[in-house]
Amino acid sequence: MATVEMTFTPLPAHVRTARLVATAVARRSGVAEALLDEVRLAVGEACSRAVEVHQEHCPQTPVRVALTGSRERFEVVVTNAGVHADGGDSAEWPAPAQQGGGEPGGSGRDGAQRDGDGPGLAVSHLPPALPAELGLAVIAGLADDVQVSRTESGLSIRMSWPSQDAADKPQ
Amino acid sequence: MDLKLEHHDSEGIEVVDVEGEIDVYTAPRLRELLIELVNTGHYQLVVNMEKVEFLDSTGLGVLVGGLKRVRAHDGSLDLVCTQERILKIFRITGLTKVFGIHDSVDEAIAARKSEK
Repeated sequence: MATVEMTFTPLPAHVRTARLVATAVARRSGVAEALLDEVRLAVGEACSRAVEVHQEHCPQTPVRVALTGSRERFEVVVTNAGVHADGGDSAEWPAPAQQGGGEPGGSGRDGAQRDGDGPGLAVSHLPPALPAELGLAVIAGLADDVQVSRTESGLSIRMSWPSQDAADKPQ
Repeated sequence: MDLKLEHHDSEGIEVVDVEGEIDVYTAPRLRELLIELVNTGHYQLVVNMEKVEFLDSTGLGVLVGGLKRVRAHDGSLDLVCTQERILKIFRITGLTKVFGIHDSVDEAIAARKSEK
């Protein structure tokens, strides 16, 4: 049984609330202070993604978040109904070189050509809007255990962090 | 307070001071401001994020969009940020290679002027 379960109307305004609740439960579950920012960001990303999907497919269906704290780990599961358009509609990140009539000065496959006086990666290779799945990439970079799985009606993102008992164990 | 935005001219460069949280709910306001600045001829921008308490991928998308808009006019968009918790998402996404990120507004302005 989850420590805390919440559902919220899929509106951007409620994502912050979900972040705050998740951070509070994580702290109470013994997650180290140094990791709480990561929890907050990862949960925010997952919930933002869920809100976007719901607004597109099922705006009357709430987003579900389950927060479970144990002696070993703090786990968050964000479940959304509906499915994002699959990879075919999303720009790759970082964008590969344009093919055919692409932009001038396009680089090779790594897309890392310098762009005039820019600091590095060619701005011309950036998509007009960051791909929707960048949020998942961010989550993967923040939580050390992330599982994304399809449910009957949508997608479930499960992520976890060590709680204090696990952190105190000798390595 | 979710997000507070102010901007002012400094030696011909428009400095945008951002305070609060940039997320899926508040990011559209920043986006609108950046678009407005470009539409009114401000192509040299510095976004001061020293008082930003939260930034997610939606916010990153707004900054990238702003960068592309100014670059279309041979302009620039630099960031001021020393907070590790904000810099972390730039590192995770590789965007530290895209944006000039400085320790202060003065440094960002000086760096931009030295390139002219």
